[in-house]
Amino acid sequence: MKIPLSGCQVYAYTGSRSIDRRQPTVVFLHGAANDHSVWTLQSRYFAHHGYNVLAPDLPGHGLSGGQPLASIGEIADWTRRLLDELGIANVVLVGHSMGSLAALEAAAREPSRVQRLAMLGAAVPMQVSDALLAAAHDDEALAHALIVGWSFSAPSQLGGNTQPGLWMIGNGLRLLQRSAPGVLHTDLRACHDYSGGLDAAIRVTCPALLIAGGADVMAPKRRTRAVAERLAQVRVVDVPDCGHSMMSEAPDAVLDALRDFLR
Amino acid sequence: MPKPKTPHFDTLALHAGARPDPATGARATPIYQSSSFVFTDSDHAASLFNMERAGHVYSRISNPTCAVLEERISALEGGVGAIAVASGQAALHLAIVSLLGAGEHIVASRALYGGSHNLLGYTLPRFGVQTTFVDTRDLDAWRAAIRPNTRLLFGETLGNPGLEVLDIPRIAALAHEHALPLLVDSTFTTPYLMRPFEHGADLVYHSATKFLSGHGVVIGGLLVDGGSFDWQRSGKFPTLTEPYVGFHDMVFAEESSTAAFLLRARREGIRDFGACMAPFTAFQILQGIETLPLRMARHVENTRAIVAFLNAHPLVEAVGYPELPEHPDHALAARLLPLGCGGVFSFSIRAGDSNARQRGRRFIESLKLFSHLANVGDAKSLVIHPASTTHFRVPAAELEAAGIGEGMVRLSVGLENAGDLIEDLSRALHAAGKE
Repeated sequence: MKIPLSGCQVYAYTGSRSIDRRQPTVVFLHGAANDHSVWTLQSRYFAHHGYNVLAPDLPGHGLSGGQPLASIGEIADWTRRLLDELGIANVVLVGHSMGSLAALEAAAREPSRVQRLAMLGAAVPMQVSDALLAAAHDDEALAHALIVGWSFSAPSQLGGNTQPGLWMIGNGLRLLQRSAPGVLHTDLRACHDYSGGLDAAIRVTCPALLIAGGADVMAPKRRTRAVAERLAQVRVVDVPDCGHSMMSEAPDAVLDALRDFLR
Repeated sequence: MPKPKTPHFDTLALHAGARPDPATGARATPIYQSSSFVFTDSDHAASLFNMERAGHVYSRISNPTCAVLEERISALEGGVGAIAVASGQAALHLAIVSLLGAGEHIVASRALYGGSHNLLGYTLPRFGVQTTFVDTRDLDAWRAAIRPNTRLLFGETLGNPGLEVLDIPRIAALAHEHALPLLVDSTFTTPYLMRPFEHGADLVYHSATKFLSGHGVVIGGLLVDGGSFDWQRSGKFPTLTEPYVGFHDMVFAEESSTAAFLLRARREGIRDFGACMAPFTAFQILQGIETLPLRMARHVENTRAIVAFLNAHPLVEAVGYPELPEHPDHALAARLLPLGCGGVFSFSIRAGDSNARQRGRRFIESLKLFSHLANVGDAKSLVIHPASTTHFRVPAAELEAAGIGEGMVRLSVGLENAGDLIEDLSRALHAAGKE
């Protein structure tokens, strides 16, 4: 669906369903230089199992207009305004990587609105290496290749997708290449500069879920420990041998963890 | 600065898409010879049908063995995914019907495999899809042929039989100027010699029967999506950008930003037209692809030796191989095909007292190692004389117009010892020259 917001058209995937105000709403927030399509399997499942689904393309990403937002705080605020525009009072927030930081910040800012929080591939703080930031600024093709090389576990670098006929590495690379120049650097810088994550975790009052990939080198599991210790009600699910792109590498494990969490 | 660590082509040719079987530990890709796959419960069944979970339902739509092959060719081509189908012709058909409908139009190179020409020139017009054929090398002709209802540009990486080299960067740029995709038949080159997506093509297909397999024991096709074409921005492809009533109002370009075309092709094209690949066929093609880099290098090496021999032979009038300086596409081939121009080419036998058609026939009948048959890309060397076989009813003047001389012979050079092949050709040329 298309939603006018602050003078721009926002696209949000809904699983081809309209919003039913009697149903709970799950919002899926994507990562850096990605879009809603990283959530295809999980979001479609919930859209057809009693939930409203909103998987927006953040400003300047995918099918949404506007410019990418420069900070995690701005993304959290933008998410709030999107929900206000749609008149959605209560939500479950699910975020991946950069999206997980935005979901964390949004949950801390509006504890009464966010009823559950799920963070996937979430390192807090999310320090991005100088080399990757430099590549994203100066040589996006190199940055894309580095990210794809780091985003999938070693076995997945050779494929074995559960989605028939799709080559995960090619999809990951092409999705990054489709983002406009500068988007990746803006997103990575926003992740790197977000210093309030651990304080935000203390302010989160709803139940939280952390899904960590056992082979995630972008957001290693050990870097989720600090945020897990600060969340009041937290469940941690490990996905063994899975890299950062866990929604495509282990779609069923991610979906099952989310389903159990939302029951 | 760190360097990306991604597997190389020859590693992908052996491993992409496959993992040791989790149930048995089998290292080779198992042949999942099963029409259908068990659901764990009703919710799982409904989720698979509605594309909420990944997996297999019915082997017409997808199959685990075929899926390994689909991933492997995607990895080798640098695409986002693929669909394995019953033949190269089925792949071409699937590409077209997933994008076009009645009243729409294709611009295609004139230098096409005969079967592709039949589909575009004779069969599809009956369903309302018209094609304008143009000279492969004439960019102005391509441009002039594009109409408001054009939806696809199409050519072969190397034309058949003259080995016209498709200038993919320029044709792709022209296509994209008009918000259209470029479809390329890459059968003759395989991803070892050229990866068309790197030059701007949007969709690639193969007759996997040929070099990808190499063994000549199966018929199969592969259709690969590069994932770069922006269907939404183009605005010319409602099959991908508008709700599809035939699948719960799914908008494929919203469902997948990179693989919308493949979703439609699988969820409609394979589902409804049904030209799927058998898992045993996929297994056999996988066996071939494992050695593709080794075989293609040898095909090219042998071909170069034979081209050099024929080019110096007094009974040979002309050799059509783009690596020769006199070939019209020599410079383009050097740019796009630095590893070689494949193992298929044609040459012409000089007419003597008897006409060239008779000499061609005598040549073919005198060969011992080259097999006389209608195929290319086998590990074994093959030969055909179009004027006495596929085009034997065609008058000489019409043959010339099609670029097929009466003395033209097409070779598909195999993996035998090059000296033995040259000996065979030498003996047959000697026999052909006897009046």
